[in-house]
Amino acid sequence: MALITIDNASMGYDGKTVLSNLSLNIYEKDYVCIVGENGSGKTTLMKCLLGLIQPIKGVISFGDGLKQSEIGYLPQQTLIQKDFPASVSEVVISGCLNKKHTMFYSKQQKETAARNMELTGVYKLRKKCFRELSGGQRQRVMLARSLCATQKLLILDEPVTGLDPMATADMYTLIKNLNSKGITIIMVSHDVNSAVSNASKILHLSRNNYFYGTAHQYLHSDLGKKFILSDCPCDDCRHRAKAGAHNV
Amino acid sequence: MFDMLAEMFSYNFIIRAFIVGTLVSLCAALLGVTLVLKRYSMIGDGLSHVGFGALAVAASLNLAPLEVAVPVIVAAAFLLLRLSENSKINGDAAIAIISSTALAVGVVFVSISGVNTDLNSYLFGSILATTTADAIMCAVLAVVVIIVFALFYNNIFAVTFDETFSKATGLKTGVYNTVIALLTALTIVIGMRIMGTLLISALIIFPALSSMRICKKFKSVIICSGVLSLCSFFVGMCTSYSLDTPTGASVVIVNAAVFVIFWIIDIVYSKVKKQNKL
Repeated sequence: MALITIDNASMGYDGKTVLSNLSLNIYEKDYVCIVGENGSGKTTLMKCLLGLIQPIKGVISFGDGLKQSEIGYLPQQTLIQKDFPASVSEVVISGCLNKKHTMFYSKQQKETAARNMELTGVYKLRKKCFRELSGGQRQRVMLARSLCATQKLLILDEPVTGLDPMATADMYTLIKNLNSKGITIIMVSHDVNSAVSNASKILHLSRNNYFYGTAHQYLHSDLGKKFILSDCPCDDCRHRAKAGAHNV
Repeated sequence: MFDMLAEMFSYNFIIRAFIVGTLVSLCAALLGVTLVLKRYSMIGDGLSHVGFGALAVAASLNLAPLEVAVPVIVAAAFLLLRLSENSKINGDAAIAIISSTALAVGVVFVSISGVNTDLNSYLFGSILATTTADAIMCAVLAVVVIIVFALFYNNIFAVTFDETFSKATGLKTGVYNTVIALLTALTIVIGMRIMGTLLISALIIFPALSSMRICKKFKSVIICSGVLSLCSFFVGMCTSYSLDTPTGASVVIVNAAVFVIFWIIDIVYSKVKKQNKL
């Protein structure tokens, strides 16, 4: 059964429809990248998946016992967080609040937080102040927090924005590792080339149109050909490139 | 020194003002951290102006001041939050609109009813203004504020740090924002009489900013802010008594001085740290 089923849904905000008649299934352990131009509805789709806004038409349903409040979400960092006085462990454990909550955090919640800090490699920084970390470290902390909220599905909103090339590569490796541990990944990204080399499936949103399929199919699709600048490494394409075809 | 304190606390009105002031300082300091971090620093200022309007209207119509002010300020707090969520009017513009309107209404009512003598005490606070009934009501409200804040502490942190994430993971952010607005409104109402409507917002902003200079954990910021606020109030009140200066203004000046000291500590500390690194 699919983890997420979107059935003929239309989405938008402020009365405007930006996505119409979208139908797709996302299965467990998928690594889906959502790409597309600015304004094509990537963020709107993400907000609908998170339940922050409701689809105008159609339904989004969750399978495999996934609850909407159990989606781990890595948002883009806000201005407020740049000078926020909080320790790393305070930030990470706040991700546990979607589980049953009493006045104090339980031992189990503290263990979850510690485990996820280990997983993203920020356990050593746990007593540091969040505002004094580097961009890459901050993003790892936020990832650990979103892991506290979920066991199944992570939605990442442009996780490498503002990171240097090294930190970007580290972040992609980390996400790939999480995916191989069985966590389904949905990532909104502008970085199409990395998306194609990392993700198992690509969702390309475009005005009045969309593409959903494997990364390889995407390279051969019309939308993909317009968007990707590098060549597809498969035999068929190399053959065509040699024969003088460009922008394949 | 001790003689002065003993003499000071032999007056009943000072004891009343001291109890109310201590509780208000503590509430304001706790809420202040959240408000400053959420970029709502001016909400205290706006609400206190509304409070001035409400007090003026109540006085000229011979109604009990607190019973009019509490519902009006709570309503204003909700309105301000709603306005700043609707992005058509910015939060800061909304506060400016509401506070100047309320101030104008207050001044008009005061001048019509001809109770000009009270204007000064509304604006800048008066230590004589608290009656025993006021003091009891203030104490109850303050205890409510502190208990609610403690109960919701973790959720308030989450909502302050990242509202979108909290909402996406199923936290009822609307409820917590309402709780914060409600608590702020109550704090303003009970602090207004002693500190004055023009000065009460300092209690919200200064302790939070001072402690954010040096503390690195949210919990220590909250605790430090509470302690600073209590100490500043005590020192300000004693100064006011011994030098015969207005209480509200003295407390604010002490708070400002503390802020400057913490600022300097922060600068010196980071310079030292940099040199150690080199």
